[in-house]
Amino acid sequence: MVFNFKSAARRRHRRPASSLADLVVGERAVLQSFTLAPAVAEHLMNLGFLPGLEVLVARSGPGGDPRIYRVDGAEFALRREVSRRIAIRPVQLEQAAD
Amino acid sequence: MSSSCHESVTLEIPSRAGASGAAFASVAVVGPPNSGKTTLFNRLTGLRQRVGNFPGVTVEHHTGIIRDDASREVSLIDLPGVYSLTPKSEDERVAIEVLNGRMEGIPRPDAIILVLDSTNLNRHLMLAARIIAFGLPTLVLLNMADELRKQGGRVDAPLLALQLGTPVALVSAATGEGIAAVTRFLSAPSPKPNPLELPILDAQGCREWAVNVSANANYHRPATPTLTRRLDFWFLHPVWGGVIFAVVVVAVFQTIFSVGQPLSNAFQFVLTRAGTWLGNLLPDGLLRSLLVNGVWKGAGSVLVFLPQIALLFLVIGILEDSGYLARAAVITDRMMAKVGLNGKSFIPLLSAYACAVPAIMATRTIENKRDRIATILIAPFMTCSARLPVYTMIIAAFLPNRPLLGPLLGTRAVAMLSLYLLGFLMAVITARILKSSVLRSKDSAFIMEMPPYRWPMLKSLGLRLLDRCKAFVYRAGTIILGVSLLLWALSTFPLVNGHPPDIQQSVIAKVGQFIEPAIRPLGFNWKVGVGILSSFAAREVIIATLGTLHGVDAESHAMDLQTALHQDLSPSGAVALLVFFAFAMQCMSTVAVVRRETNSLRWTIAQFTYMTVLAYLGAFAAFHITQHVWH
Repeated sequence: MVFNFKSAARRRHRRPASSLADLVVGERAVLQSFTLAPAVAEHLMNLGFLPGLEVLVARSGPGGDPRIYRVDGAEFALRREVSRRIAIRPVQLEQAAD
Repeated sequence: MSSSCHESVTLEIPSRAGASGAAFASVAVVGPPNSGKTTLFNRLTGLRQRVGNFPGVTVEHHTGIIRDDASREVSLIDLPGVYSLTPKSEDERVAIEVLNGRMEGIPRPDAIILVLDSTNLNRHLMLAARIIAFGLPTLVLLNMADELRKQGGRVDAPLLALQLGTPVALVSAATGEGIAAVTRFLSAPSPKPNPLELPILDAQGCREWAVNVSANANYHRPATPTLTRRLDFWFLHPVWGGVIFAVVVVAVFQTIFSVGQPLSNAFQFVLTRAGTWLGNLLPDGLLRSLLVNGVWKGAGSVLVFLPQIALLFLVIGILEDSGYLARAAVITDRMMAKVGLNGKSFIPLLSAYACAVPAIMATRTIENKRDRIATILIAPFMTCSARLPVYTMIIAAFLPNRPLLGPLLGTRAVAMLSLYLLGFLMAVITARILKSSVLRSKDSAFIMEMPPYRWPMLKSLGLRLLDRCKAFVYRAGTIILGVSLLLWALSTFPLVNGHPPDIQQSVIAKVGQFIEPAIRPLGFNWKVGVGILSSFAAREVIIATLGTLHGVDAESHAMDLQTALHQDLSPSGAVALLVFFAFAMQCMSTVAVVRRETNSLRWTIAQFTYMTVLAYLGAFAAFHITQHVWH
């Protein structure tokens, strides 16, 4: 199972991930910015989706949508239509070692 | 509102030593969703609540009474769970309005109890910034202290109190640990909060402030609960997740029939015996007829379903409190997306299987207005508990129970499941039509917190159950009893030689015979017609009506209702009646709550008309198709 995820990750990583939706289950990234309606972005930030925080794709719902993201110890289900509008950057090495 | 970044630094833990004066009159309980706020409220107020909680999400403001150390009564208001105080969703608007004293019928609270999840402090403290900015005396409760400890986290409450400028207590609503802090807080007026600093109240600002404050209070986040991760591996598994979901749904309904049915039967036995005993005590005459045939038969025939309804609420309550419902929302989201809704509509719609009224109120958590209206409009199609007695009675009267798939799944359970499916399918079709026409919406963001799995608390479940049962009995005791009495009068008069007339000569028969031409094509006779008319007050009234009609009818007087029903309905007519009940909006309470929640008479009338026409056409089709097939 785990090996499949890794190879899938490698395949997809030919193109660098730019949004939360590009990540595969088990991957981490740092939140960067939202291109969402202000109310939705505000709601996400109140839930803890804040730029600079690390996010993990924890689990996938049936058929890959919605997926469950872990940020700051809590988990949230987001649809692809939202997650693809959340820009991310790769985790820095020093952060990853944390 | 103070929102300056660096306020004057006053280094003292708020102290109430030597304070005097009256206790607070009214205190609001505020907290984010999943902070255990409702559990705490239940623990504090117990049975002294005005409105309890219902299965689904906390959306109403329930009030309860709590006594302080000096036994003075303080009114406690349980506000909806909110993440922030930007008036974006209905819940947040309600919370803000109550806190500002603009909510009709609710006095402005003069203090706040803020409940935060101590295992999620960085995030939950963000709300604290906004609450403290209100400037009301505030008690901050760090809930789930037991879980925090167990998972290796910690926080220094006095240090946090220093930062926030409010009293802070570590508590566990589940175990009762530290709860005494609440009565201490209520017993003496405390000063307004005096925080070291408050952030600019935007999300980023609140967050930075929260992280700072918790770091200064030596907060160590607990390890993530492994049980939840392990359970989610199965419950959200690509294959097993769906299988488990299906098993859960079937198990819920099977429980209601394999456990609830015998309970209801036993209860019925007791009620019937008591009725006979009561009847024998009274002299023969009008009074006995009124009490036994009007009151007892009418109310009793509805009360008999109490065990089943209680069981349904219990099961939905367990699913909700354990955290499984949020997973069910994730699993169903894709399915809901197909009809233009999202997984958030799933919780209200599942609650609608218990009762459409709390379900429609639970739609307040759906931020998108159009999604919300669509959910309200389809909720009454879900098979609510009031349909349950009607379905059970008709199925039991017309369908012998034979095992189909082993002893667990019998013909009656299958018939019942197909009725549930029928309502569900009509809801889906209706949603589809609405969402692709008048209620089309562009972005309905599905964002949902996954709470950790927890053992449901007996007390919370019990209180909710008690509340629902009380509401049901109250309904049986008022609307249904009233209708029963009216029907008894209509069927007992005009008196012939001081005795009730033959049922054919009574007033009710005249009314029934007047509408008979309209319902004849559906396979119903005038008795069923009267039943349907009366059931527009509330669905289950039809049973009381038929009970009363047969109770006063000499021919069927001695029979139980199920046997007597065969005089009124052919098997095809029975199917038609079931279909009619599956589609029609026969509930005054639901109509009223739709009017209130949509704030639109137009939607209310449209919904009522749509469902009634659909019921008529559906019953017509069902009657003629089954007649054609069976003959």
